[in-house]
Amino acid sequence: MKKLLTSTALVAALALPGGAFADAQSDLDPNAKSGGNITITYKDDVATLDPAIGYDWQNWSMIKSLYDGLMDYAPGTTDLRPGLAESYEISEDGKVFTFKLREGVKFHNGRVMTAEDVKYSLDRVTNPKTQSPGAGFFGSIVGFDAISNGETETLEGVKVIDPLTVEITLSRPDATFLHVMGLNFAAVVAKEAVEEAGADFGKTAMGTGAFKLGEWTIGQRLVFEKNEDYWRDGVPYLDSVTFEVGQEPIVALLRLQNGEVDVPGDGIPPAKFQEVMADPEQAARVVEGGQLHTGYITLNTQMPPFDNVEVRRAVNMAINKERITQVINGRAVPATQPLPPSMPGYTDGYEGYGYDPEKAQEMLAAAGFADGFETELYVMNTDPNPRIAQAIQQDLAKIGIKASIQSLAQASVIAAGGEADQAPMIWSGGMAWIADFPDASNFYGPILGCAGAVQGGWNWAWYCNEEVDAMATEADSMTDPDAADARLQKWSDVYMKIMDDAPWVPVFNEQRYTMKSERMGGADALYVDPVSIPVNYDYVYVNDVQ
Amino acid sequence: MINFLGRRLLQSALILLGVSFITFALLYLLPSDPVRQIAGRSATAQTVANIREQLGLDQPFIVQYWRYLMDLLHLDLGRSYLQKTEVSTLIAARLPATLLLMVGAISAELVLGLGMGIIAALRRGTMTDNSLMIASFIGVSAPQFVVGLLLLYVFAVQLGWFPIGGYGTFAHLVLPALTLGILGSGWYSRMMRSSMIDVLRQDFIRTAHAKGLSRARVLLRHALPNAILPVIAMIGIDIGIFMGGIVIVESVFGWPGIGQLAWQAIQRVDIPIIMGVTLVSACAIVLGNLVADIATLFADPRIKVR
Repeated sequence: MKKLLTSTALVAALALPGGAFADAQSDLDPNAKSGGNITITYKDDVATLDPAIGYDWQNWSMIKSLYDGLMDYAPGTTDLRPGLAESYEISEDGKVFTFKLREGVKFHNGRVMTAEDVKYSLDRVTNPKTQSPGAGFFGSIVGFDAISNGETETLEGVKVIDPLTVEITLSRPDATFLHVMGLNFAAVVAKEAVEEAGADFGKTAMGTGAFKLGEWTIGQRLVFEKNEDYWRDGVPYLDSVTFEVGQEPIVALLRLQNGEVDVPGDGIPPAKFQEVMADPEQAARVVEGGQLHTGYITLNTQMPPFDNVEVRRAVNMAINKERITQVINGRAVPATQPLPPSMPGYTDGYEGYGYDPEKAQEMLAAAGFADGFETELYVMNTDPNPRIAQAIQQDLAKIGIKASIQSLAQASVIAAGGEADQAPMIWSGGMAWIADFPDASNFYGPILGCAGAVQGGWNWAWYCNEEVDAMATEADSMTDPDAADARLQKWSDVYMKIMDDAPWVPVFNEQRYTMKSERMGGADALYVDPVSIPVNYDYVYVNDVQ
Repeated sequence: MINFLGRRLLQSALILLGVSFITFALLYLLPSDPVRQIAGRSATAQTVANIREQLGLDQPFIVQYWRYLMDLLHLDLGRSYLQKTEVSTLIAARLPATLLLMVGAISAELVLGLGMGIIAALRRGTMTDNSLMIASFIGVSAPQFVVGLLLLYVFAVQLGWFPIGGYGTFAHLVLPALTLGILGSGWYSRMMRSSMIDVLRQDFIRTAHAKGLSRARVLLRHALPNAILPVIAMIGIDIGIFMGGIVIVESVFGWPGIGQLAWQAIQRVDIPIIMGVTLVSACAIVLGNLVADIATLFADPRIKVR
């Protein structure tokens, strides 16, 4: 059986829960106006616009607007939709993906994009010389090992059939592969531009996206200009987007109040949050939404006494999550499990470990720690994380655990977590997992799977349950779109099993609050777009243009 | 004179070498792994090893330092780990803004500081003197982060006289230069005041008055040139103090200089940028001191060098 999926059938067939039926037309807003410019501010410089390199939440959405990949997401949702691919077929064994490209799509330099460009881009991102942090996402493509060892410079599994057809062969079925093709790392770049710019490619941009890079003055501003030839009809609405960098969030807020800024990219500064929300006029311009984020405490399962599952469960019951969310002005909801509520695969109705210090103390006593024990809690040293760590410390003290706080720079906490015997507990704040793509599997491998429990890895609980690992592999082999629900159920089981083993204390899921100027229009969902943070530049618009 | 210059230049080179070694060693000893930062959280062990090798970070400390020095001799500051851009490009793009801010700040502190110092010296012991000296004390003590935000809030947000941060016109320069200048003016006013009081006690001032010169002429022609000598040396030292201040002031006002660059690089442990900015700042301080010494030499013929 072969499945031929056209643009519109695709989304329906994938049947992602919570996803609306979406097609190209319904994404367009009948009230939208074309034209105008918006100004976004950031504190930090934009590191790079190279889609193979950019991997922070600031440049992620910018790159999304400059480049396209074969797959994409419907604006404001977690629903996959075709991008540069017009349609695709999956072979029966789930290993061969044949993508049919759209005709006549042009790069910003006017050249027509072809299948060769797709292949070049995938070869480039997986080539170790590119130093892409995302190379590992393509591990399931045939020939990945050969290219990452440096034996060859081209991926054997990616074949150009004709100028509009690419065939990608996988070494194992991978249900997340379409999401991978929607990552920025899979974006299609123009070879000639990469070669011309050489090592400085990240300071330029040459894609097929809705915007093209107009100006980049280092340390000051970037200007994106509308791509008049964009292959999606009707968008973008804006003529240009200006990103001003080097602006402190507090100054950005003052400028927003003064009408000079449209969206402060770093959000509302915590110290001003309550003031803004208390003012009805300002609060009306704040859009709140979930994000694919979970803040958690890791309990190192290889270090005593956290090698004892009863101790880990007791700690889970000792933490007062409600109070911790108050520490951050209620900008989060208490978490019960590793997956955030907006992620497909989240287990509805599961209440997790309730707050019960008496019971926790009893469990600790039964595990042989009636008098508690001493341990260390590692935490990143920027506000509000040390304050959260203090709340955790107090909760632990109530059941007799004396945790000393190690407040360090981000890189140092990450380094400590990557050693098997260094950090008994880590509060993840500031380094917490935010999904790369909206799929349940993305909260497993590197942070809870055996593959991540290695030196320098991100599985700071050093949790490795082979049975769970096998379940995860099985779930990701379920590539049949008809089995999508069964697959999500499998993932739900995986995370329930993990909760039973309790390597983490899931603490909260941060909410997103995007503030915008009065003149900005577009659905609220665009301002809390799960894929484009802070906003989806391609679909927002301003109301004060003719 | 030639001897003196040669000696000072040699000393300067040694100081810079020392600075480069100490900074490099400190960054090497940091308990954080730059490769893991570059590679990101989803990288495989293979990717991490590849990057480590390509950047030469698998080499022992002394080899890494030697390579850095050799590149430095070719004026190559390396590439930023995270931005992948030449550090020299990043610094060059931002240096003019920092220099402009410095010129603005030095002007502000000289005008404010010298003015306050002279007035206080002439009105010694009066209410004016006391209030000026208390003001200068506050100026020296107030955290620049607070002063900056306060100026921004009052003069930009409330009164709307100046833009709310940013870069480009003279109006953008006023508040950040003033923030830096207020700190310096505190030092200068105290220094100028005591220096001026010293000079005003000298015999030649009495002589000048005695031969019937006007009060203004005595001040401008006789007292000021003598009183200002220690201040010239101070400007050289000042550049060092500014290097600390610009990190804060540039962040508050969104001023696109190298202080901002350094602050961002420190947060991301982008070692080549931290090294580059440190070396450029060290050069500026060394150069500033050298220029101040030479300037004093010319301004004060009493100083002899061997």
